[in-house]
Amino acid sequence: MLTIADTRFTSRLFVGTGKFSSSRVMQEAIEASGSQMVTVALRRVDLNNPQDDIMQALDRERIHFLPNTSGARNAEEAIRLARLARAASGTAWLKLEVTPDPRTLLPDPVDTLKATELLVKEGFIVLPYMNADPILALRLQDAGAAAVMPLGSPIGTNQGIKTAMQVEIIIEQARVPVVVDAGIGAPSHAAQAMEMGADAVLVNTAIAVAGDPVRMAHAFKIAVEAGREAFEAGLGRTSKTASASSPATGMLNANLDFIQN
Amino acid sequence: MIRTMDIICNGEQRTVEEKSTLTDLAASLDLDPQTLVAEINGRIIEHNNFINRELRDGDRVELIRFVGGG
Repeated sequence: MLTIADTRFTSRLFVGTGKFSSSRVMQEAIEASGSQMVTVALRRVDLNNPQDDIMQALDRERIHFLPNTSGARNAEEAIRLARLARAASGTAWLKLEVTPDPRTLLPDPVDTLKATELLVKEGFIVLPYMNADPILALRLQDAGAAAVMPLGSPIGTNQGIKTAMQVEIIIEQARVPVVVDAGIGAPSHAAQAMEMGADAVLVNTAIAVAGDPVRMAHAFKIAVEAGREAFEAGLGRTSKTASASSPATGMLNANLDFIQN
Repeated sequence: MIRTMDIICNGEQRTVEEKSTLTDLAASLDLDPQTLVAEINGRIIEHNNFINRELRDGDRVELIRFVGGG
């Protein structure tokens, strides 16, 4: 079972709550995903068009809240958002995101590390969103991160695990859980991450913008379970040349010598 | 006569009655304080303290809440 900061999760699929067409679709999709951890963002209330409150739409008895610091461009902004998130939610859990470049939304490694160090000291349970850099993963772990969240590809691109080689090294080295986040665009990508040994995946866009988000959420659920099962079962080795699946001995007779060993 | 004062709320100037609290401000905007967290001049105020926090002329207020995000 997955354990992060002494909290146990039976589901290894975390779901983001952005981009859904309605609260109802979001609720049903989360239900179908079986997820026990969902991310949320903090925003200034638009006084001319106040939206429904998302906290009312989520059953916090069953689903863990993971506020993010999306929108933060540097450590200072992320820390401000983190403190607001804790005051608003009563949880110290935090997905730390520092993305200075709106075009790529790639995380700033230096400010992410700086903010992690400070927020851990303030008692936050920090899950930093990071580029798939194995050394950075170790640095964040040493700074007290409760898990690390390397990206598969940039946020919202649905491009899958372009960083597979690096993520494999992160998984091999990390002592904290590894949650592959961002870019997971299809259930097969999620299964791939799980087969590689990731502890969990976080999916938002691929579910929220699917033709049928509720069915897609279920597809991700079973893909994550299949990938995890395969990892635990132990995958066979890959090779460049063939290795017959049928026996290579005990062929029938001379007339069939073309199938003789 | 009711005395008023000016504050900045979420970037917009607003006029509120003197001695009004954050709870009053939220009510005037038709917002449930339970769903909010506020920042006044950079200091965080949790919703259960809204009732105790009187606004002062020139306060810069941010009303913030959770929305969908990844």
